[in-house]
Amino acid sequence: MLTRFFLMGLDRKAGLVLTVLALLAVLVPVMTLVVPEGSPWHLSIFSVSLLGKYLCFALLALALDLVWGYVGILSLGHAAFFALGGYAMGMYLMRQIGPRGVYGNPILPDFMVFLNWKELPWYWLGFDHFAFAALMVLVVPGALAFAFGWFAFRSRVTGVYLSIITQALTFALLLAFFRNDMGFGGNNGLTDFKEILGYDIQAPGTRVGLFLATVAALALSYMIASGIIASKLGKVLVAIRDTESRVRFLGYDTESYKLFAWTLSACMAGVAGALYVPQVGIINPSEFAPASSIEAVIWVAVGGRGTLAGAILGAVLVNFGKSYFTGALPELWLFALGGLFVLVTLFLPKGLLGLWAQLTARLPSGKGKRVPNGKTADQKGM
Amino acid sequence: MRRAFRWLLAACVAIATTSAALAADLRPLVQTMGSGGYAGTEKALNQLSEAGDPAAVPVIEALQAGDLYVRKADGLVVIARKAGAGFALTDPLSGAVVGEAAAGAIDKIKINNALRRSISATLGALTLMSPDPATRRSAAEAVFKSRDANALDALNTAIAKEKDERIRRVMEQARAAVILTAGASEVDTQAAIATLTARGDRDALALLSMIAASGATDALKTAAAGAVAAVEQKLMFWGALQNLWYGLSLGSVLLLAAIGLAVTFGVMGVINMAHGEMVMIGAYTTFLVQQGLRTYAPGLTDLSILLALPAAFLVSGGVGVIIERSVIRWLYGRPLETLLATWGLSLALQQAVRSLFGPTNREVSAPSWMSGAFELGGLTITYGRLWIVVFAFAVFAALLVALKRTWFGLSIRAVTQNRPMANAMGIRTARVDALTFGLGSGIAGLAGVALSQIDNVSPNLGQSYIIDSFMVVVFGGVGNLWGTLVGALALGSLNKFLEPYAGAVLGKILVLIFIILFIQRRPRGLFALKGRAVEA
Amino acid sequence: MRHRMTGRVATFGISALAGLAMGAIAGSAQAADDTIKVGILHSLSGTMAISETTLKDVMLMLIDEQNKKGGVLGKKLEAVVVDPASNWPLFAEKARELLTKDKVAAVFGCWTSVSRKSVLPVFEELNGLLFYPVQYEGEESSRNVFYTGAAPNQQAIPAVDYLMSKEKVQRWVLAGTDYVYPRTTNKILEAYLKGKGVKDEDIKINYTPFGHSDWQSIVADIKKFGSAGKKTAVVSTINGDANVPFYKELGNQGVKAQDIPVVAFSVGEEELAGIDTKPLLGHLAAWNYFQSVDTPINAEFIKNWKTFTKNDKRVTNDPMEAHYIGFNMWVKAVEAAGTVAPDAVIDSMIGVSVPNLTGGYSAMLPNHHITKPVLIGEVQENGQFETVSKTPGLVPGDEWSDFLPDSKDLISDWRKPLSCGNFNVKTGKCGGKGS
Repeated sequence: MLTRFFLMGLDRKAGLVLTVLALLAVLVPVMTLVVPEGSPWHLSIFSVSLLGKYLCFALLALALDLVWGYVGILSLGHAAFFALGGYAMGMYLMRQIGPRGVYGNPILPDFMVFLNWKELPWYWLGFDHFAFAALMVLVVPGALAFAFGWFAFRSRVTGVYLSIITQALTFALLLAFFRNDMGFGGNNGLTDFKEILGYDIQAPGTRVGLFLATVAALALSYMIASGIIASKLGKVLVAIRDTESRVRFLGYDTESYKLFAWTLSACMAGVAGALYVPQVGIINPSEFAPASSIEAVIWVAVGGRGTLAGAILGAVLVNFGKSYFTGALPELWLFALGGLFVLVTLFLPKGLLGLWAQLTARLPSGKGKRVPNGKTADQKGM
Repeated sequence: MRRAFRWLLAACVAIATTSAALAADLRPLVQTMGSGGYAGTEKALNQLSEAGDPAAVPVIEALQAGDLYVRKADGLVVIARKAGAGFALTDPLSGAVVGEAAAGAIDKIKINNALRRSISATLGALTLMSPDPATRRSAAEAVFKSRDANALDALNTAIAKEKDERIRRVMEQARAAVILTAGASEVDTQAAIATLTARGDRDALALLSMIAASGATDALKTAAAGAVAAVEQKLMFWGALQNLWYGLSLGSVLLLAAIGLAVTFGVMGVINMAHGEMVMIGAYTTFLVQQGLRTYAPGLTDLSILLALPAAFLVSGGVGVIIERSVIRWLYGRPLETLLATWGLSLALQQAVRSLFGPTNREVSAPSWMSGAFELGGLTITYGRLWIVVFAFAVFAALLVALKRTWFGLSIRAVTQNRPMANAMGIRTARVDALTFGLGSGIAGLAGVALSQIDNVSPNLGQSYIIDSFMVVVFGGVGNLWGTLVGALALGSLNKFLEPYAGAVLGKILVLIFIILFIQRRPRGLFALKGRAVEA
Repeated sequence: MRHRMTGRVATFGISALAGLAMGAIAGSAQAADDTIKVGILHSLSGTMAISETTLKDVMLMLIDEQNKKGGVLGKKLEAVVVDPASNWPLFAEKARELLTKDKVAAVFGCWTSVSRKSVLPVFEELNGLLFYPVQYEGEESSRNVFYTGAAPNQQAIPAVDYLMSKEKVQRWVLAGTDYVYPRTTNKILEAYLKGKGVKDEDIKINYTPFGHSDWQSIVADIKKFGSAGKKTAVVSTINGDANVPFYKELGNQGVKAQDIPVVAFSVGEEELAGIDTKPLLGHLAAWNYFQSVDTPINAEFIKNWKTFTKNDKRVTNDPMEAHYIGFNMWVKAVEAAGTVAPDAVIDSMIGVSVPNLTGGYSAMLPNHHITKPVLIGEVQENGQFETVSKTPGLVPGDEWSDFLPDSKDLISDWRKPLSCGNFNVKTGKCGGKGS
């Protein structure tokens, strides 16, 4: 049953996306750990973490595309779910520091010690167990999304009203997490992690492991998402996107469909956040900033809304551009990024993927069969 | 030798003036002002105060203004004012010209807060008999603040002579303050407490609390405690009103920030993320206008805000029209994509301003008619905030008239309600679109002029208002100007109502949660548009 | 058929891009042998650009001047500027990029505590050197970081002492932005004030969010608190952007320095440049440097700065001086060590003493903090500060505050053989309370 579900989404497109991910999963560890340093084929740990970060963003974009591209819910607050997942993981990592903090307190994280907290607040209990924290990564964003969606969809809040209240949600969380009284480290957030599951978090092996976990999570989420889209459920979701009232009149309980997709998407975003935190080494309330959510929307739009592969492509491309330009053109990169968004909306309404589709549609079909190449590591720059 | 000559010269001039003999007495005191650092200056000042001679007033005023200098060559205390490249020196007591000096040849007599306090106390005591009523009044206020026992005699004389009822009242309050501080007979003290209770403001409360805590006798303490309770109760009532005013004032800021968005987003349906940058451009225009006036017409600087209004409207509006013509017009019917494009524009505009003006704050100073505050009963109302409230409502009214009563407004409504039909009726929809977007942006620019008075003029200015603006428009109901008005005022008041209890951060969180819950009850905002157009 | 094509194209795109990305980030730029690279890690965009851009400029100026003097160890210095865009994870990423890709010898950067916390593990892992130029909350000492800004005892406590002795202040409002620096500073001040006999009801603590812009109620509250018959002062740790509306509101509501002085730890010449300071005459700030300090070395610094930026109106401020000191210390330490290798430089840094801009010498202490004079200044009408008090000697930076219960037993000493950032003198162990 489950196999059938996954296989259903496994058309050729999905196959190729998964192949690329599998290739990454094989090549990256080999190039990092096996290929000796100094070889042009060697990939530094820095690059692995960077790629891992892009793939976390890709997972967030995928989650967002599931609700925006296929159900028509434009969330301007998806980074909230991402950050909540991140905080759940961050709390686990904080507890793993144990007595190695600067004050050497075995229970309390450093920020609680210097704010004179005497004991661990109740909501921090249990986070010293990985399994509990991993569960919370799914449950906290999922529960918030469920509660929020349950009210919002039942009240038939739609369109831009829904978008703005998702923004209000993430903004309220931003302010709440900024408060030091909340017990989440305030503006400094959670940082200075030491180990995860007993492995040194900065060791190359752990970093590669985290990267592989990210690839796996992305692949799994992709399979789930494409499985859903290919199923009857997916057809209903797309119908809701196109004309919700008509679907409702046909007897479908549209609220439940939306709620399902919305909650699932929030859980995916939570997982993305949880994988992001150990790789970048910090989680701070600025992840809740409305601008982060808007950026995620932009990745999806740049790649191509309504195509899962497009969401991944957009997230990786825009973030790679950001990494590159903030180093290469520190004073001008905002022009480049801003200009890119304007140009994409004006000339590529269906995103980059739409452009490729348009271009290749005009070419003789034989050309489309070219095997993807370009995985050589000696290409420098863009 | 030269020094002696100067002295002689100065003395001659001084003799020529009216209070010649006294001025000669003051001279050694004035001369000691320049030595011994802050403590030395303070000591000399106290002696001047004890001497009680009004002839010292110009010296002290010069000290207050930072114009009193010591000439390095001979240690002579002089008043120095900038003249050309150097300074023109005059004698502080007589006003006679002493000569000129380069900037390096004289040392300023520095003052600190403690000295500033002594200065205003001394000036207060010395100017109680001034012929100018305003000076007498501020002198009385200064004595009230300083509670300087030295001033008691001068106060008594001044009260006896004073004809203006209101100034006399302030003088009596000042005397009460002096009496309470210095101590006096039981009867006098009780009378003083009564006088202060009648005054009933924060300053009076401060004094009364002091007596209540450390009065000489128990009876006095009890009387003062009763007075404190009475004043506090009165202040509490005014405090509530004051809070209402703060709410109104915050609401009007929100209204200003949101009203342009109510046009571009509410009326046209463009999710205009660059709205905040239009506000910012308005603020920078104000800065430029003020700079320009400072350079070319210093006399008009006080009017710079007024001149900035049309300028900001045109600049922001112009940028808006350009944006509409180049980007937005390709995106009608795809509202979510306008979000994307305008977000990109907002990034680019921020960076452009950062490159042009630098990343740091720019100073826009308040004109004199927008500075300071006045008392209305127990309310303190600052002129700046008052004008912003007035301005916000004026802009709202003007926009309402423009949309409801003009041909242009009619066209806007026609185009937004039914584009093909409006087109068929001969309305040039493309032009109307451009002008509408320009109108919304221009209004945002006007908001920028007002916000330059209370906030940073920096490239990030717009970012801090964009989310609040969207909340206001959505809360009020998209497409309804009255909704924006009520929404802004309601959210502003709610915020200010919650702030004293929950604190600034929690208050804001509660407001956001309130908006989320409110939208559940009314999914289309406070004033929802009715009819089929809504679903589109 | 059509969408299959899309899929194939998509996959092609992704793989091509992944390849490009990997290629671009895998190939490390070849470090030219004839230069020494210096990383500059300050936000040039986003919310912190307002403060940090200036520090990038001052670093470029210092590097330029050093090169004119012949560079360091006979090599020219080369600045590598990156933009972490006020984004904290990006700070860590850019720090890693500077250290591994550009192979810089030292990094000058960060402003906010969170950015420093974000990059700290990176510098420790890769054994890099970070010079941090901003006053901060203390409670940290890393082998790889040199703190050239003020610790709380080099700013907050002298300021409070001044107010108590010179202004006879008895009642205190501690107002700050809700983040770690104000929180810690206020904790320290609270303990300090109580130790001096100030009662609970005479201390009021207030926190506001970042970028708070509506100060009406809070200023009214301050006035109310100040009318209890005792001399009241405000100790402000309000952060950057929020200061302008705060001071504008103070001015409008007529809170005068003579009545309720406000002493700020985060307001310098740069922040005042955006405000009309006439109504603020006499409000105070505590720093280790003011532009108005009248020394020949400062006059020259200001002149060079104005020439370098080609702007006669640019002001200088305390964090700029901190970079000036930090950079000169680094140059001296590198020349003493004869190499830019981190371990050698870290060892030779301690004890290095260079002139500061206020007419004395600042020395690097074993705890990686420096000695500084503390100046209290009053705001003048021209937007400058006038020094009204200066500590007689230099104050050594104390990273672990003596006024916090959990840190009073900790010390830091990076000299061998101790080499520990949080040595507990009670338990005799390195690592806080000992594990």
